[in-house]
Amino acid sequence: MTADTYNKMFTMHGVVMVFFFLIPSIPAVLGNFLIPIMIGAKDLAFPRINLLSWYIYVLGGLFTLTAALSGGVDTGWTFYTPYSTAASNSHVITAALGVFITGFSSILTGLNFIVTVHRMRAPGLTWFRLPLFVWAHYATSLIMILGTPVIAITVLLVAAERVLHMGIFDPALGGDPILFQHLFWFYSHPAVYIMILPAMGVISEIVQAFSRKNIFGYSFIAFSSLAIAIIGFLVWGHHIFVAGQSVYAGMIFSVLSFVVAIPSAIKVFNWTATIYKGSVSFDSPMLYAFGFIGLFTIGGLTGLFLAAMGLDIHVHDTYFVVAHFHYIMVGGAIMGYLGGLHYWWPKITGRLYPEGWAKFAALMVFVGFNLTFFPQFIAGYLGMPRRYHSYPDEFQIFNVASTLGASILSVGYVLPMVYFIWSIVAGEKSPADPWGAKGLEWETPSPPPTENFFVTPIVTHGTHQYAPSKGVGIV
Amino acid sequence: MHQPPVHVEGIPAANAHAHHPKLQHHFDTMEQQAEASTLGMWVFLVTEIMFFGGLFMAYLVYRYASPEGFAEASHHLNVTWGAVNTIVLIVSSLTMALGVRAAQTSAPPKTQVFWIVATMVFGAAFLGVKAIEYADKFTHHLVPGPNFIWEGKHPAAAEMFYSLYFCMTGLHAVHMVIGLGIMTVIAVMAWRRQFDADYYTPVEVAGLYWHFVDIVWIFLFPLLYLIGGHFIE
Repeated sequence: MTADTYNKMFTMHGVVMVFFFLIPSIPAVLGNFLIPIMIGAKDLAFPRINLLSWYIYVLGGLFTLTAALSGGVDTGWTFYTPYSTAASNSHVITAALGVFITGFSSILTGLNFIVTVHRMRAPGLTWFRLPLFVWAHYATSLIMILGTPVIAITVLLVAAERVLHMGIFDPALGGDPILFQHLFWFYSHPAVYIMILPAMGVISEIVQAFSRKNIFGYSFIAFSSLAIAIIGFLVWGHHIFVAGQSVYAGMIFSVLSFVVAIPSAIKVFNWTATIYKGSVSFDSPMLYAFGFIGLFTIGGLTGLFLAAMGLDIHVHDTYFVVAHFHYIMVGGAIMGYLGGLHYWWPKITGRLYPEGWAKFAALMVFVGFNLTFFPQFIAGYLGMPRRYHSYPDEFQIFNVASTLGASILSVGYVLPMVYFIWSIVAGEKSPADPWGAKGLEWETPSPPPTENFFVTPIVTHGTHQYAPSKGVGIV
Repeated sequence: MHQPPVHVEGIPAANAHAHHPKLQHHFDTMEQQAEASTLGMWVFLVTEIMFFGGLFMAYLVYRYASPEGFAEASHHLNVTWGAVNTIVLIVSSLTMALGVRAAQTSAPPKTQVFWIVATMVFGAAFLGVKAIEYADKFTHHLVPGPNFIWEGKHPAAAEMFYSLYFCMTGLHAVHMVIGLGIMTVIAVMAWRRQFDADYYTPVEVAGLYWHFVDIVWIFLFPLLYLIGGHFIE
């Protein structure tokens, strides 16, 4: 593989994974389906806008696919200027338009969720009776509507600069590339929370169901989602510590980056407290939840390394960063996605999947993931830079481990695809509540009727009624 | 804790009372439907603010970097045309509001259509003036790119100013064109007697969009045309 090909490969990997998988996966697949059911509504507020956002997503995907097939992009998923505007000869405009278009699918989803949660709740379903999955999606939607338009205008300006030679970001034309980085990360850091918050919502549901206990500290979890959404907008500068930002700005961004760890930690502690002395069962969704809690903790704590300015200068642009964000993105977001998919699959399709295979796949994912990414922490700390197509011999052992881990991981990813598809064809029919879980979605048949419920539910309690966690009462 | 989490014996899904023909099946009442639509538009306008916000941010950064250059460049914009357009847009907002009012009070379709078409005429007039101004910039080599010629003291800042001028007013003009498209649909719907006191949400929501686009111009006009004391010279 040549250096150029390598650049194009990691660019496409980043663009596809960030904009076309991690951001839409949980909100689009689980949120669109579950939010109306969880709030006792017949549908989202704007079903046709929901469909439109799917068409837009496909259109954006086609643009990106065109960019990939016609020769690829080599700028990295970040489209940093001036390389992307002045130097790169690859298909930047097509890929940028793909991102621009897909952004609107994200905006419309966020808009739909916000209006739905505000206006469509069943009688008696007050804000503090909402499932935490809904709170997490509400916070996510706020980021989607506030952040996504900024990346949209930014990539539009990159395209305008390439086509019309307007010098907004190109220093040769009087522009400032740092402005691009500010605008880009103003969206792209909060975008990390678009990816992780829905997963956190999933974990909050799973942990309660398989510990048979109400969440410990309901309102803390609910408000920590909002806190993450808000503080998450104020930390983007930690991506540009070494790019020419003033030291004082760096210090403030560093402190704020530490602050955003607090609501995340609240969630982890509260999940742990929920499991504590619970009646825990180890079904496959719960295995993913355990994986999430452990891996997200590692990812989060290494994030603090990176938020500390001095240490960041040492590990900046190394595999340490790569390992850190994969622990959040893959260890967090994808674990949450797979956990949620396993948890609600019987509800969505009305079929049960083979639990034994599911446990095996969860184990493969956990082992494969750690083997892939943990060595990268070490390689990165020792100085292996990211985005180079080759590495010195001394890093061989870490790279071999990563490759082996990735192979195991791929087994863990392909297996669910196989048994999920099998379950639709030949799986046993699922009862309304296969897990003995609580919540509105488990009170309607699997799969639910077109309008979700045969009668509009009237809610008189918090939506989860397991045994209460000691010392907390949630209505 | 043996209580069932929810009482599902509640309201039958098919409501007993008669449906308004415009009530979509997933809403319970017309009020809920209207509230959802207007909230949806408000949320959309928030995204629009952030969308334009990126450009305003760029404007802020570069004007702060070279206030003199921006003032110098701004002098080559035609304040008269800009002021005329501002008035045109404000009047169009008035006719828009009157159009919403007409639908709200079940005025005859002729009245409703009149106000909406009047809004469209003013919108088109705005775009016409904008076209005259753009053509003028082309002939005077004020369009950024290889053909940009600047004889003043701050050529780089002036080119940046005109980059932002075209991006900001261009994006605004695109929104105006979309607004005209929406108004065409609304006018046809009004002509077909779709709106009355019970159901006028589309007019109201389209009006919100129209007012928003006007307000963007209210910010663009002073920031682009009036900086650097045109009238002091």
